[in-house]
Amino acid sequence: MKVTIDGISVEVPDGTSILNAARIIGGDVVPPAMCYYSKLAGSGGKCRTCLVKVSKGSEKDPRPMPKLVASCRTNVMDGMEVQNLTSPEVIEARKGVVEMLLINHPLDCPVCDQAGECHLQDLGFEHGAVKTRYEFDRRTFNKIDIGDKIQLHMTRCILCYRCVYTADQITDHRIHGILNRGDHSEISTYIQAAVDNDFSGNVIDVCPVGALTDKTFRFKNRVWFTKPVDAHRDCDHEKCNGKVTLWYKGEDVIRVTARKDVYGEVEEFICNTCRFDKKKTADWVIEGPRKISHHSVISSNHYETLKPLPVVKTNPVLQEANKTQFERETRL
Amino acid sequence: MESLSNKRKEVNNKPLNFLERAYLPAIGQGLLITMKHFWKKPVTIAYPEEKREFSENFRGMHSLKRDENGKERCTACGLCALSCPAEAITMTAAERQPGEENLYREEKYAAVYEINMLRCIFCGLCEEACPKEAIYLDGDIVPSDYLRKDFIYGKDKLVEAPLNQ
Repeated sequence: MKVTIDGISVEVPDGTSILNAARIIGGDVVPPAMCYYSKLAGSGGKCRTCLVKVSKGSEKDPRPMPKLVASCRTNVMDGMEVQNLTSPEVIEARKGVVEMLLINHPLDCPVCDQAGECHLQDLGFEHGAVKTRYEFDRRTFNKIDIGDKIQLHMTRCILCYRCVYTADQITDHRIHGILNRGDHSEISTYIQAAVDNDFSGNVIDVCPVGALTDKTFRFKNRVWFTKPVDAHRDCDHEKCNGKVTLWYKGEDVIRVTARKDVYGEVEEFICNTCRFDKKKTADWVIEGPRKISHHSVISSNHYETLKPLPVVKTNPVLQEANKTQFERETRL
Repeated sequence: MESLSNKRKEVNNKPLNFLERAYLPAIGQGLLITMKHFWKKPVTIAYPEEKREFSENFRGMHSLKRDENGKERCTACGLCALSCPAEAITMTAAERQPGEENLYREEKYAAVYEINMLRCIFCGLCEEACPKEAIYLDGDIVPSDYLRKDFIYGKDKLVEAPLNQ
């Protein structure tokens, strides 16, 4: 199947969605996605941020599709031509979607622990309008403790259903879900039962906003002051392979998350023991600093000069003189 | 060579005459100049008793503001510390407990907020970065001190006085 996205052609297998075809190309042509999650079957189609324009349906039927389509839920056809960034209609529609998502969002980014790695923040920064046109009160909820490790801020939720799919597919049984419908719908556990499962912590990682956050990390620090480091341990849980990112502040591990790829999706889900209980450097085998895109605020003030300069490499006197500095820099 | 400013003075090594050698007329002349300044307005001021007016965009010591109800505005978001080119600001956040609603405006507040005044370059980027209008460089000149540790200003020195005082 040959598909052209923003003028770039790519060969993809049958049954690939437009979003995944764009991800094969990579770069700026990839539509943003708030609800689609490649590791969760059935996710997508909720948030509408991945809308694209299909200007040519297929080789057999070259008529354009009448409306913008959600790229995560539309499969490619042979000879399909898709416009994402090249279509002003798509940009305008996406701006509208962002405004819609932000209607009930409390905009408490200065308080929220997700700030700095929040997809809604990125999306609002790239596409959002400066002001809202919404004149009514935003919906309010009290914050809910889901167990003693997970905090739910329903006000921040955009109802992407990712956490529901995670609980369905990754954990044994799901306790939380969506109650009510329409504007009243909310993520909740029935009578606030604690989500108690070995993999329940993964709902924190899949949440694109700050609705589900780690209580052990709550208000500890801002993400951009912490240093992410890849590490692994020999986890005895059969479904968890113990590959994580440790977030250091000074000498202390203040948070453990799964490793996230360029689309903010975890590479492998991790168990709650790794996430919440192993917060000492001694528990982990350090692999090296996590590569963070320099566009991200997390990379600010991170100095990656682990390699000695060429002039130092050849001169033993300089090596001896800079010894303490190398030791300090290569420790993490 | 032709002088450009017409201020060139011809000097010569002519020996001094008797009056010039006596020095007394020259001293009298000098004293006269000194006496003239007694009646002039002084150009200096007696700082710190007397202070000059600052310009409107003067940036002095930081102050952490309170809102109209006397609650602290700062929510420890860390944007001031992020924007600070001198890395002078550090903070520790804490969660507001029930019953402290009259003290802090948001559910998170800065339990510790420190500015190293020796590092600070008074550029005002923290003021610009603040989303809560909590920090302003509207204070005085930072006073001098003897020890380096005394230049690390905590919340006791930075937060505005409560409303009822």
